[in-house]
Amino acid sequence: MTGLQGWLDQPGVTIVLVGALVGVAASLLGAFLVLRRESMLSDAISHSVLIGIVLAYLITGALDTPLHVVGAALAGLLTVWLTDVLVRSRRVKSDAAIGLVFPALFAVAVLLINVYARDVHLDTDAVLLGEIGFAWLDVVRVGPLEVARSLVTMLVITLVNLAFVVFLYKELKLATFDGMLATALGFRPGLVGYALLALVSVTAVGAFDAVGAILFVAFVIVPPTAAYLVTDRLWRMLVLGCVVAVGSSIGGYALAVAYDVSIGGAMASATGAFLLLALIVGKHGIVARALRRRAPRPPPVVHVPEAGGAP
Amino acid sequence: MAGRALGMGGGMEPALMGDGRAAGSNGSHEPAFALHVEDLTATYSGDAVLWDVDLNVPPGVLAAIVGPNGAGKSTLLKCVIGAMRPAAGHVYVFGHPYRRQRHRVAYVPQRTSVDWDFPTTALDVVTMGLYGRLGWFRAPRRGESDEALQALALVGMDAYAERQISQLSGGQQQRVFLARALVQDADLYLMDEPFAGVDATTERAIVDLLKDLRARGKTVVAVHHDLQTVATYFDWLALLNVRLIAQGPVTEVYTPEHLRAAYGPRVVLLGVGGHAPES
Repeated sequence: MTGLQGWLDQPGVTIVLVGALVGVAASLLGAFLVLRRESMLSDAISHSVLIGIVLAYLITGALDTPLHVVGAALAGLLTVWLTDVLVRSRRVKSDAAIGLVFPALFAVAVLLINVYARDVHLDTDAVLLGEIGFAWLDVVRVGPLEVARSLVTMLVITLVNLAFVVFLYKELKLATFDGMLATALGFRPGLVGYALLALVSVTAVGAFDAVGAILFVAFVIVPPTAAYLVTDRLWRMLVLGCVVAVGSSIGGYALAVAYDVSIGGAMASATGAFLLLALIVGKHGIVARALRRRAPRPPPVVHVPEAGGAP
Repeated sequence: MAGRALGMGGGMEPALMGDGRAAGSNGSHEPAFALHVEDLTATYSGDAVLWDVDLNVPPGVLAAIVGPNGAGKSTLLKCVIGAMRPAAGHVYVFGHPYRRQRHRVAYVPQRTSVDWDFPTTALDVVTMGLYGRLGWFRAPRRGESDEALQALALVGMDAYAERQISQLSGGQQQRVFLARALVQDADLYLMDEPFAGVDATTERAIVDLLKDLRARGKTVVAVHHDLQTVATYFDWLALLNVRLIAQGPVTEVYTPEHLRAAYGPRVVLLGVGGHAPES
């Protein structure tokens, strides 16, 4: 036990573990957002959860209660719902609708902080960039161990997301690929979609202290996109996304230590490096596509109609 | 049992007739019809796309829903499967609301309505047809894969089972969609533009498939866009242009008057009443 505690007491271990857990939790859900072409919803949600956190703070007077998770999830769903309402008006396209909704909610949240919570540690820099470097300072007791609070939070969220994706894999796949068939078979794709986005919101709150909104968005979008360039199977895309996320956390931390730069920034850059690699050498990357273009095309399947066939 | 009083179609199952459900003296939800749509009105942001449509498709027919762009053909199917809530009206499948008959209905969306770059295989797409039978949370197993593979063989696509779906041609993709409907072993098949953008071989394969379904007593309701082939591919026709223009056996409905009523006076009619000429 003391060995494990000694290991956990090293700031670097905690930082890498928190980064890896945020990355895995985010990219598991992100794979579906990317395939649904809704990845920028994660950007919107990661900002607008702030209003849920602020309102929960104003109600409870504390910064870390279960109500924060609920408030943030509701704020995330409010964002998605408002976006839907605007899109359904058919006068606002979805990208514009996202851009209309979350700055408004974020701005209201910032004003509420200014007016009612001036003396609280809820400053906007921390919201956007987080400070993963301090993750190890805030510890809680778990049995015999002293563990960083964000490590515990992110471990729980990661397990919840993993369970969600494993148990609802078939439902998520169907709702993402063919919402009409999902509806016809009675699978409520709308409900599945809202559940997914509620978990994105909860994950965003968990990631909030640790890594901030920007690194969160990077973890939601970049690892699944890199994996999508490499594979043709959904489950491999999920696994590879997690591998890229963990690799980015380790590589990013090493980068930050080596060059004495922001840890969060280095981790986000590391996801970008993986994406670049996938873009170049992936199955659907630039090199593969160029080779396909140069290689003689496989003979097309030509169906010769028999005499008297349809026009 | 009011249902008994009305004529039974060829593919009717006896169990349905004796289920004790009051058909209503006005014949509202008649089990004698495979698909019965009543006073259906649907709107998109205030504009009516379907207006007071009554549709009665008897069992065992190959029915085409035909009409100009924006006539509400796809919307009609969406209302049937509950993907869109109508402003008014009711839909009955073999005499019952759709949600109680899901297991008897297979739906084939427009091929272009899904993202074929999705990371999955042809076999996996066909397996999706069995998700309804599996229900929530249960994962497909070996048995489901075998069934899906057999369905792929029925459309001549078993050799492509492990292909990523973006590597299939448009016609092959359509056949995968049809295999997904076949694997459901339904009684009513709803198809949205099954012939859109397919090659000649696939077109003929689909026609054969439809005829085989009819021979087995199944009912097909397909949105169709090609006036020239309606009379040869289908035996029952509903002409739609927001309102229902006419419905019935294709020989009765496929007339210049009805087509002009649906498409407007300027429609060019080639060989109406007989077979379409070679184009």
